Amino acid sequence: MTQKPYDDIPGTFVFDADRSREGYWLNQFCISLRQEKNRQAFRDDPEAHMSRFAMTEDQKQAVRDRDWNRLLELGGNIYYTSKLAAFDGIVFQDLAAMMSHMSRDDYRKMMVEGGRKIEGNRYKSEWEKE
Amino acid sequence: MARITAGIACSHVPAIGVAMDQGITDQPYWQPVFKGFEFSRKWNEENKPDVVFLVYNDHCTAFDASVIPTFAIGCAADFTPADEGFGPRPVPVVKGHQKLASHIAQSVILDEFDLTIMNEMEVDHGLTVPLSVMFGDRKPGDDWGTLVIPLAVNVVQYPAPTANRCYNLGKAIRRAIDSYPEDLNVHIYGTGGMSHQLQAERAGLINAEWDQNFMDMLVNEPDKARKIDHVEFLRETGSEGIEMVMWLVMRGALDEKVTEVHRHYHVPASNTAVGHLILENHG
Repeated sequence: MTQKPYDDIPGTFVFDADRSREGYWLNQFCISLRQEKNRQAFRDDPEAHMSRFAMTEDQKQAVRDRDWNRLLELGGNIYYTSKLAAFDGIVFQDLAAMMSHMSRDDYRKMMVEGGRKIEGNRYKSEWEKE
Repeated sequence: MARITAGIACSHVPAIGVAMDQGITDQPYWQPVFKGFEFSRKWNEENKPDVVFLVYNDHCTAFDASVIPTFAIGCAADFTPADEGFGPRPVPVVKGHQKLASHIAQSVILDEFDLTIMNEMEVDHGLTVPLSVMFGDRKPGDDWGTLVIPLAVNVVQYPAPTANRCYNLGKAIRRAIDSYPEDLNVHIYGTGGMSHQLQAERAGLINAEWDQNFMDMLVNEPDKARKIDHVEFLRETGSEGIEMVMWLVMRGALDEKVTEVHRHYHVPASNTAVGHLILENHG
């Protein structure tokens, strides 16, 4: 894949056309959970409900594992994958904590204290130094 | 003639709506967020709009991944608050101004901005939270107290329209509204932002200094603000900070010189920096 001008931003998946294409059915699966009849179908038989969408095996496995960053890496978009989290009863802020490998309390404290700082978080090279 | 008398910028964090719907706005966590809106509600009451032209983004509610219009204008008679997975927000149905909406659509398209026309559309928190902020608590069956013309902007799939494109669209919307014969007081809202990243390992990013500079620039030097490129938004304000391009549509619809009558900035509401401006337009 050609280098993109935002590839050097750390800890970020930019949901561009390539990711959108790759994640199409994963995202359509996730958004189906906006509706109660689909949530019920997924509760009753997760594999059968997933099989209604042409997801790759890797994507299905990431759904089974609830591997939130892997879902983004495989083309998921946060507004979609958060519907799967909501299905599990996970509130958005706790999902953000999980994706950034922090405890719920530490993440909440970081936000109350002004959020994650921009210093040291602009470029991948700044993360690699650590 | 219809006139745009004010521009309003406002974040649309869903948790702000939840806090209002649950009646917990006086809790210590929320108190500073809502304190900054007290002036706004009073001002709004004194400067009541007939119509709000509301620029927002849909969060895969009306548009899932199958259809992604860059700009979509709501021309329906009404817009129902959608079920985003937790049941619809307990707020009134949003009423449109169909004649003005179709006049704007026609004028702006002839002005070479190719809008998608929505004759049926549900609306999500992106649209209803800013209305709640400005108009206060309203229950289903109540009236919002204004008619609304929604303009949904794609900011979910990269690339969103550029800041410059949004600014120029604002100018075209201004021309359209200025040429509408009915005597109407119109406010234009630019919603979303400010700095926030909701995804992956950099989630929780906030850049308060950038946000404040952006507000200064938007108010006083819009010609500089419209040149901000996407990579700067993504890098400096988080992947979801790109929503701020929608503030440029609002700004483009106002005069070059405006009066800033109110500013509110607070971190955090959930994962997001809350930013809010009221700009009076002298037309």
